[in-house]
Amino acid sequence: MHTLAIDTSNQALGVAILKDKELVGEIITNIAKNHSVRLMPAIEYLMENVNLSVNQLDKIVVSKGPGSYTGVRIGLTTAKTLAWSLNIPIVGVSSLEVLAYRANFSNSFICPFFDARRGLVYTGLYESREGNIDLVEKDQNTLFADWLDKLATFNQKIIFISPDIEKNAEIIRERLGDNAIIPEMTYHTPRPCDIAIAAAGKDPEDTHTITPNYLRLAEAEANWLKQQKDN
Amino acid sequence: MKDTYILGIETSCDETAVAIVKNGKEIISNVVASQIESHKRFGGVVPEIASRHHVEQITIVLEEAFEESGLSWDDIDAVSVTEGPGLVGALLIGVNAAKALAFAKQKPLIGVHHIAGHIYANRLEEEFQFPLLALIVSGGHTELVLMKEHGNYEVIGETRDDAAGEAYDKVARMLNLPYPGGPHIDRLAAEGEVTIDFPRAWLEEDSYDFSFSGLKSAVINRIHNANQKGETLKQEDIAASFQASVVEVLATKTLKAAKQYQVKQVIVAGGVAANKGLRAELEAKFSETDIPLLIPPLKLCTDNAAMIAAAGTINYEQGRRSAMDLNANPSLTLR
Ligand SMILES: [Zn+2]
Repeated sequence: MHTLAIDTSNQALGVAILKDKELVGEIITNIAKNHSVRLMPAIEYLMENVNLSVNQLDKIVVSKGPGSYTGVRIGLTTAKTLAWSLNIPIVGVSSLEVLAYRANFSNSFICPFFDARRGLVYTGLYESREGNIDLVEKDQNTLFADWLDKLATFNQKIIFISPDIEKNAEIIRERLGDNAIIPEMTYHTPRPCDIAIAAAGKDPEDTHTITPNYLRLAEAEANWLKQQKDN
Repeated sequence: MKDTYILGIETSCDETAVAIVKNGKEIISNVVASQIESHKRFGGVVPEIASRHHVEQITIVLEEAFEESGLSWDDIDAVSVTEGPGLVGALLIGVNAAKALAFAKQKPLIGVHHIAGHIYANRLEEEFQFPLLALIVSGGHTELVLMKEHGNYEVIGETRDDAAGEAYDKVARMLNLPYPGGPHIDRLAAEGEVTIDFPRAWLEEDSYDFSFSGLKSAVINRIHNANQKGETLKQEDIAASFQASVVEVLATKTLKAAKQYQVKQVIVAGGVAANKGLRAELEAKFSETDIPLLIPPLKLCTDNAAMIAAAGTINYEQGRRSAMDLNANPSLTLR
């Protein structure tokens, strides 16, 4: 049973191949370059290097957001089109959950987040317990300051994981004090093999209807809805 | 000789479309999922919303196109896709889906220029005779393209500001007509009379370029003036006068170019090719010549994937392939 994992939801580009539960190969780059240009060549390269032909794939797993709208769509479009044309199941996993796996086995609360600009973040609260990652507070698009105040009320150690950790470390320490744990930089890049672990316990989604987890309406739609309400 | 079946994918604006075309000339299946109802509430296409709809639709439309065709992947020779120009976020969905298909089914990948597609929509109706001249008019394009052979495109004229379709949409908005405004103006124009002498932008004597922003401003100014003076202008007459100016310039320049380059065929393509006023003016002008004029049926004028597959067939036959690093290019030039 071969699983192909894809993540282009944020800056990192990740592709992994697993045979059953074993990691066979993985590519991660963490540079600001075009996912659309690089994703398919990365998949092709990795498949070739592990001597796998496309017909040997049994399952596709993908990070379905939140993150960059365009990035999420590139990964999901590639994943769902592969799944449809190969007639194999697809499982989508929250990009935040995938990130939380970087602190698995910590037996601690984990707060993964992505900067969503203007003081906002995409975030959720997860907990690592005996090697499992459980959801505590659902993924949301929220003001980081408010979110941190809420986390402070837990009065527990919380591990913060984010590709945007550097520019947010100060406010985290300010609000959480010693309860904030911020690991070394290399822990803040998601690993695509974690998508497969997270997906193992989830049911496949309908290939046609699986859609990105934007966590936010398109701006035009939000404005339009507001106008409808005001009228 | 073996038949060639090319799959086409088009997502450059607000239609998610997939088609299969045989030998570049025969439509086997042609599925278009239009998003127009969703964008109507915004008065125009919202790029982010368009991209979202494309992701939701892409595999559904693919499946429908295959079901309609009765073919299987074994029959398909290559996957072609619009790589540009268009809305980048929208193009990306088609491009990445096409790459995934080409990889999964081990088929050649072919990037196609959207305008080449519009031109080749005509070949689904009638075989080309070279040299030919193509007039492309749509919401995003106003171009005169000279073709000396298959796959060879020379842009001899293009708009320096607004596309013709864009001018239609803007004037339609001034007249409070629903989006998309082009067909409404065309309908009103048929009921009105040319009572206002709007400017015609001929540009330099030897130029085949177009310009519609001056005309658009003239229409807007005329309406403002009338409003200020309390004068009532008939909507039908504004539409008729505006349309007369647009189609006269388009038809005159097309005729002049057709004569200069001694073409054997003139083809009209793009969404505005459905415009009755434009069709009538072109037909009138070309009836005095012996140059045949081709205008495709309505459903081939608007964006579709059969035209992409038809153009892609030529690339396939000429051995032109794209690599897996193919990207969406919103400002791709026609070559
Ligand atoms: Zn078009």
